[in-house]
Amino acid sequence: MKPFNLFPYDSNLDFMRLRHISIGIATLIMVIAIGAMALKSFNFALDFTGGTVTELKFAKAADVDVVRQRLATHGFENAQVQRFGSSSDLLVRLQPKTGAAGAKQTAEDVVRAASTPDNPAKVTKSDFVGPQVGKELALNGLYALLFVLLGFLIYISARFEFKFAVAAIITTLHDVVLVCGWFAISRHEFDLTVLAGVLAVMGFSINDTIVVFDRVRENFRGMRASPTEIMNKSVNQTLSRTIITSFVAFLSMLALYLFGGASLRGLAEAQIIGVLIGTLSSIFIACPLLLMMNVTKQDLMPKAKDEAALARRP
Amino acid sequence: MLVYGRSKYILALLVLLLSALYSLPNIYPQDPSVQITPNRGAKVDTAFRQRVDATLKAAGVVPKKVEVQSGGELLVRLNTPDAQIRASDVLRDAVGSNYVVALNLASTVPGWLRAVGARPMLLGLDLQGGVHFLMQVDQKAALEKRFESYAEDLRVLLRENRVRYESVERRPDGSIVVTMAPGEKTDAAQALVAKNLPNLTNEVAGNTIVVRVPDSELQKITTDAIEQNVGTLRNRINELGVAEPVIQRQGTDRVVVELPGVQDTAQAKRILGATATLEYRGVVEGNAYEAISSGNVPPEARVYYRKELGPDGKPVPILLNKRVIASGEQLVGATSGYDSQSGTPMVAITLNGVGGQRMFDYTSQNVGKPMAVVYIERIPEVKKVDGQEVKTIRTSEQVINVATIQGVFSKQFQTTGLESPKEAADLALLLRAGALAAPMDFVEERIVGPSLGKENIQRGVEAVGYSFLFALVFFLFYYRMFGIITCLALLLNLLVVLAILSVMGATMTLPGLAGIALTVGMSVDANVLINERIREDLRLGLQPLTAISEGYKRASGTIMDANMTTILAGVALFAFGTGPVKGFAVTLIVGIVTSMYTAVSVSRGIAALIYGRRRKLQSIAI
Repeated sequence: MKPFNLFPYDSNLDFMRLRHISIGIATLIMVIAIGAMALKSFNFALDFTGGTVTELKFAKAADVDVVRQRLATHGFENAQVQRFGSSSDLLVRLQPKTGAAGAKQTAEDVVRAASTPDNPAKVTKSDFVGPQVGKELALNGLYALLFVLLGFLIYISARFEFKFAVAAIITTLHDVVLVCGWFAISRHEFDLTVLAGVLAVMGFSINDTIVVFDRVRENFRGMRASPTEIMNKSVNQTLSRTIITSFVAFLSMLALYLFGGASLRGLAEAQIIGVLIGTLSSIFIACPLLLMMNVTKQDLMPKAKDEAALARRP
Repeated sequence: MLVYGRSKYILALLVLLLSALYSLPNIYPQDPSVQITPNRGAKVDTAFRQRVDATLKAAGVVPKKVEVQSGGELLVRLNTPDAQIRASDVLRDAVGSNYVVALNLASTVPGWLRAVGARPMLLGLDLQGGVHFLMQVDQKAALEKRFESYAEDLRVLLRENRVRYESVERRPDGSIVVTMAPGEKTDAAQALVAKNLPNLTNEVAGNTIVVRVPDSELQKITTDAIEQNVGTLRNRINELGVAEPVIQRQGTDRVVVELPGVQDTAQAKRILGATATLEYRGVVEGNAYEAISSGNVPPEARVYYRKELGPDGKPVPILLNKRVIASGEQLVGATSGYDSQSGTPMVAITLNGVGGQRMFDYTSQNVGKPMAVVYIERIPEVKKVDGQEVKTIRTSEQVINVATIQGVFSKQFQTTGLESPKEAADLALLLRAGALAAPMDFVEERIVGPSLGKENIQRGVEAVGYSFLFALVFFLFYYRMFGIITCLALLLNLLVVLAILSVMGATMTLPGLAGIALTVGMSVDANVLINERIREDLRLGLQPLTAISEGYKRASGTIMDANMTTILAGVALFAFGTGPVKGFAVTLIVGIVTSMYTAVSVSRGIAALIYGRRRKLQSIAI
């Protein structure tokens, strides 16, 4: 029985010839993503900005404008009120305020203001975050990012070689920047779970890259060919695996996006985009970067010190 | 060749059995129940059980089961959440203040499972509903308070040793300056300070001694303050009646409080956030009205206002001594009840040794004189200063009670003069829980309604289910026999992850479920790598069995490197993430680690089981 193949196993596409184009495009997109982040910024959720979001369930259908007015008379002037789900479900969003005024805009205050005796509201979900806490969370996200990058640098340098580490990190950073850029351009809400998703993208993206590099290392040691040929061969050999793994990961993230409900959608979205970009970058960016850094067979050979140790053995 | 040792099979079988056993508790549903915990010498006995039974019967609530737990608590299991709320309402009224009534979800895991240590995962707030608070301790106030008490200690020390001083003042730079009386030498005073307050540094400047609190001491004060607050919160929450609260210190000045199942957030916040305390102060004789109008307040006194209104419709002023006899921190216990003499509501108070001694010292010299109780409340406020909102804390001090000292007492006494049994009970509750060492503010509050929790659980499990389903179907279709092997390894991995998380006592959250779904995507990678390698080796013309064993061998190194880097990202998430993000990280890490065993070793075992004995294997379905 012939194996079922989505991709021809003897593919021999010349990815390396495209390297100037692919890296050029990647740089361009990265510049756009960074520009979007700088100019448009993120639509940060209250996890980072502080403020209050309360989901209310009224006993009967409630009118958005009436509720907004009622909130205004209770001192919540800039409350955003919107409907979600049925006509009796409303979402109330309050801008962050510092100090005790901030502490006074918690769920109970919102419910008190929004309820009327004949149409009382109940809190289904409410988040109140002080502005200080939000800033710290954002900062922690940044620390985590740096921690991961440093960890990658050390691990890959030790297991492979410094040039590989640099190429892997640039590839990963590219993926993260693009995912973040997507959230900046689309203005989709950036909350804590999205941040978790973005950091997990790093894990996924590096995974893909490492698999390709692993093959590059193997081929450098076992093949007599120019680096360009070796890179091409390695990418082609792992192409099928890269796409299948990404496809399955994509499927499981899709399940999360479709069935996981609103609170997991941001995480799933970050993951889905991360999987797509991570797959492309491990094919089109990782190895071209290695080539550009002039990786040679010698880089992967055992170091002189090890050779000396080998020579001493009986 | 494709061989898999017997001991490895036994290990795999053991892993399967143990994982099944320890993940089993998670499928048992939980009973909505009411837990009654006896308090302060009360007991759950037969009579009490009958009372509970009768109360429930009268309210028309039919319990599923009523049982006494090992800790002496009475557990009333009910059939529906509605019955649970109804039962807790009637029971709370019926059992009185010597029992704490709490809503709980009781496990229905059978005894034999619990005996081997198998327990279900806890559900996070997002999956079962409840409140999450993040509270910030006001370190400045804690220091402030401690400085004040150091200054007081200095005054007492000098006075008791007959060292004459002009003043003991706190300076804004964080020092306390003792100015000696004219003609008094600083030597004696300095020696006293050095001997009795060795943790402070002091230096002489002219006729003053400058006392400073060293940094290490400041550090200790702030650490103590938050530790004390965590302890106090724990007490208060126990009073509130929450089955499994989480109270954790976070960072240097924050406390996380999670109260599963709590719906009445207003009540919870009142109890948690209140910073009421008491101060016992001596009354200075004299006409307070006159003192205010003339501005001639005696030097040792301060003007306070009573709760009662005078004939002019304003609170009655009263002159109290600046020195505190005893305060909230020295309070050990407080219970409400009725005064046996007047029949009015009262609070019986117990002080600790220091407070008791001070009370004894004071009362033994002042029998027949009045003593006042000042009730101090902290109210956060916002003021506009130069267009900027500035947070300030207004301290409201009110004299709630002035009573004549009837006799000499020390540690135990009563405070009467409270308006209603409710007020007495509330005050006793706050006092009993102890005064906070430093005030706290709510900086974060998250509420998840119980219905949303249920919805989240359903959605999360559904999403994980579908992500498995999608992956399984794809693998069966794409790799055929090796697809089945991959699927078996994947399912075993799920089982192992569930078992490990359960045994770890991890809390399952919605992002945690997402982590499991993500693990699917990550852990199949190992099998894809292996399967693709096998195909490659087959294409190179290797014999099927050799191809399988080579495929496994050559893929292992790649899998190791790829997974290690992913774990690194997981560790970063865990280290820098908070709350639910941590749950996501934990499941991700556990899932990847276990997948290295199931996807590489176990799947190889299954492959060996299927193909290993067929020596003349011509082709394999991959």
